[in-house]
Amino acid sequence: MAEEKRLMKGNEAIGEAAIRAGCRAYFGYPITPQNELTAYMAKNMLDKKRTFIQAESEVSAINMVFGAAATGARAMTSSSSPGMSLKQEGISYLCGADLPSVLVNVARSGPGLGGISPGQGDYFQSTRGGGHGDYYHIVLAPKSVQESADLTYEAFDLADKWRMPVLILADGLIGQMMEGVVLPPVRDLASLPKKPWAAGNRSGGGAASVEAAHVTSCRLVPQELETMVRARYARYDEIKKAESRYEEVDVADADLILVGYGTSARVALGAVEMARKLGLKLGLFRPISLWPFPSERLAELAAKGKRFLAVEMSMGQMVDDVRLAVAGSAGAGKADVQFYGRCGGVIPSEEEVLDAARKILGK
Amino acid sequence: MELMYGHPKSLKPIQTKYCPGCGHGVIHRLVCEVIDELGVQDRSVIMNPVGCSIWADLYFDFDSVQVPHGRTPAGATGVKRMLPDHLVVCYQGDGDLAAIGTAEIIHAANRGEKFTGIFVNNAIYGMTGGQMAPTTLVGQKATTAPYGRDPIEAGMGYPIRVCELLATLGGTKYLARGAVNNAANVRKTKQYIKKAFEAQMRGEGFGLVEILSPCPTNWQMGAGESVDWLEQNMIPFYALGEVKNTLGDVAAKEAGK
Amino acid sequence: MANKGKTEIDRERCKGCHLCVRACPTKVLAPDDSPNSWGYYPAKAANPDKCIACGNCYLVCPDVAITVYKL
Repeated sequence: MAEEKRLMKGNEAIGEAAIRAGCRAYFGYPITPQNELTAYMAKNMLDKKRTFIQAESEVSAINMVFGAAATGARAMTSSSSPGMSLKQEGISYLCGADLPSVLVNVARSGPGLGGISPGQGDYFQSTRGGGHGDYYHIVLAPKSVQESADLTYEAFDLADKWRMPVLILADGLIGQMMEGVVLPPVRDLASLPKKPWAAGNRSGGGAASVEAAHVTSCRLVPQELETMVRARYARYDEIKKAESRYEEVDVADADLILVGYGTSARVALGAVEMARKLGLKLGLFRPISLWPFPSERLAELAAKGKRFLAVEMSMGQMVDDVRLAVAGSAGAGKADVQFYGRCGGVIPSEEEVLDAARKILGK
Repeated sequence: MELMYGHPKSLKPIQTKYCPGCGHGVIHRLVCEVIDELGVQDRSVIMNPVGCSIWADLYFDFDSVQVPHGRTPAGATGVKRMLPDHLVVCYQGDGDLAAIGTAEIIHAANRGEKFTGIFVNNAIYGMTGGQMAPTTLVGQKATTAPYGRDPIEAGMGYPIRVCELLATLGGTKYLARGAVNNAANVRKTKQYIKKAFEAQMRGEGFGLVEILSPCPTNWQMGAGESVDWLEQNMIPFYALGEVKNTLGDVAAKEAGK
Repeated sequence: MANKGKTEIDRERCKGCHLCVRACPTKVLAPDDSPNSWGYYPAKAANPDKCIACGNCYLVCPDVAITVYKL
């Protein structure tokens, strides 16, 4: 069967991939720069007679996701930075109730209303459990329209497998740009995994449970809550082993490895290519899973004596994880981690990243 | 010997944590009686948010989804859209529905969502120990209105009549207000609940039953005194009866086809 | 001719609010003077012959502690 390749905007590719993955419910609210995603879902979900609601706020939208996810349905919401702040309570509840769902942040620049241009200042919010309580969830960072589609499609499976929200952390550049994309195949809705723990299973001779299902994150007895949280953390340990992902370019002989994700990685790659033409040995390490962060591999590289330059569209958030990763390596304390960043919606140029690298190399 | 009034099947036969004389106990029972009469226990879902209703999932013997404070109608929207053949009940207090959740109830009602709201109005915040609610009456004392609710000098606002507020919205079809202060009102309230649940099972929405309920502990009264206070103070302000009933459009259209 | 009825009160479910005592039109019920294991003083059928199975006690009871039969 011939592959479909289309020229698509990032936001729309994310929407199409979600629909093909079997997304049954999308709840959103307008916010720049992801409005094309909401509009795409409006048209296509209604055409397919699936559920689309433009909610009254991002708060309401995440709670509609909670309700739909509680029935076991594949549900999704999207927003951008300020709207993601509104969703943090709902995300904490989703994690506390172990509900699968897919979230998309097409990040802009902050804090506050900030600007509408791309940014990477939501890294802490995304990877540190931005709401209250002890929790994490999978965070995947695409660098291209193709990867946005692929990771969104896979996110629904990961969410179901690990019973948690999976966040696609893109940015306004990726959301707005147009690139060629080969779309994933349409999932047969009947082939989606069954959810015996969900509400709505008791009637009509339905599957497993005849006991009532109680979807809740509430445990008022401290010992019970601790047990529940620790069991969840044991699952996080399994996720760290199974779902850590990254991409490497030219790291083997690199004197300095640039570390970046998403748009920063594309800029850094440009700097690496320019450098190599000049005989400078730069490499690129691109985390694709931001949680679980690919710490092991970074620690290995640090143990080989590598130096690092984190490149971000922020004042430095991912760089903390790089420092933590290399601190545990064989060369503990010796690995050199530096930072170059722009914020406010400014995207660094390949030239300025190369300059920063050259200053560190003294070349 | 013929059984006239007995324990509903869909209510668990265990003692509740609710205070002596609390209206929640009666309201839980009415909801379960109607669910038993409609035969839908295995396809019912209760949305229990925050407030004294947090306990509801211990007592209703059917599926439950515990949602963040105020977000109950949004969560219920997600559930009902995915399970349209289920009876979905939003069980909320006055803080959940009329303070933190004002946006959610207005928009779910306006969209004509097909779940049923059960709104327990006791003019106070129960679980957190007696603070002022959006439904607290002018002059009524609360821990955050120690001299009484004062809309003029202290800018504390006025009590909100939720049924009347929601009645202006196009998506609302059935809005009724009952009370559980005496046997006659309990019977009428059950009829409102039954009408609303039947409408939901027919696919008509949005419906909500507001129920005036005593809170002896936070009103700082005994149970008997509290039902008197409800009758003398709440009922004159919150009028009982069907505030809006435009049900039957669907049925009429079907009949006309 | 009025019905004749009978109430059964689950002493351990009762929380002693006595709303049933107020609601009974024929004064069947009264507070018991011996407490239950929770320390509440449940209602009891002090004048069972007067019961007409109206159900008012059941209707107002927040704890579903009362079952009503018609004799």
